[in-house]
Amino acid sequence: MYTAASFAAGFVFGLGLLVSGMVNPAKVLGFLDLAGAWDPSLALVMAGAVAVGAAAFAYMKRRTRTLLGAPVLLPTPRRIDRRLILGSLVFGVGWGLAGICPGPALVLAGAGSAKGLAFLAAVIAGNGVFEFLEKRKRVAAGLAPTRSS
Amino acid sequence: MSIDWNAFTPASAVIGGAIIGVAVALFVVLNGRIAGVSGILGGLARPQAGDISWRVAFVVGLIAAPLAWGLLAALPEIRVDTSYPVLVAAGLLVGVGTRYGGGCTSGHGICGVSRASPRSIAATVAFMAAGFATVYVVRHLIPS
Repeated sequence: MYTAASFAAGFVFGLGLLVSGMVNPAKVLGFLDLAGAWDPSLALVMAGAVAVGAAAFAYMKRRTRTLLGAPVLLPTPRRIDRRLILGSLVFGVGWGLAGICPGPALVLAGAGSAKGLAFLAAVIAGNGVFEFLEKRKRVAAGLAPTRSS
Repeated sequence: MSIDWNAFTPASAVIGGAIIGVAVALFVVLNGRIAGVSGILGGLARPQAGDISWRVAFVVGLIAAPLAWGLLAALPEIRVDTSYPVLVAAGLLVGVGTRYGGGCTSGHGICGVSRASPRSIAATVAFMAAGFATVYVVRHLIPS
């Protein structure tokens, strides 16, 4: 049931990306091009999503278990550090170059876009680079690398 | 700044956004998690026992959406003008940056902002600013 719910959430998310036009990189770049012919659509997508999302998170704030009985696992860190900001800036540069972020990359792959697949492969390679750098940092710090199973 | 009224699609943007919101709501109400795509995908780079199937299911759901859509109707316009070398560089930056930043447009931009998380609001301001700046440089400073 838990896995099925996860599939449903991903599926509905993908439909929302398709309806909103956010799977079209040209449209995303139209939003990011403030100095050109500006397409404000992305701001309204965010507004629509946040309006519904905020209600759901407010409802879950009072609960420790989900409707399926699963534990509620929401992030707790509150510190704004260099890692958060630098990482987000690097992400923003990549997003601005392609007009694609991870969600739409998966939808583009499903739509059979060769360029979408190339971008997705690079994202996965980037994840690999991150894991490699983190592992090296742990080893350099004298900590045993976390076992992956 | 001039608004491109021909490109602007307010109705489908709000409706599509609300559908994304429903997906976010489903995921927190049923699975108790943040629908952050970079984190869900990234977690598969170092798979942990018992933590794989829900991640794969979410990713497969995203990939299945355009397949199901395509059975019933024509897919909406998808235009990628970026060249392959730039796309690959961009993907690498997104893959590394989202992991250090702990989220992307979905996890920080939608879920985190919905929760009024100060970290996510800061991250969203940072990646939006970098996105605006990058497009400005690419489209208005570099002669093509």
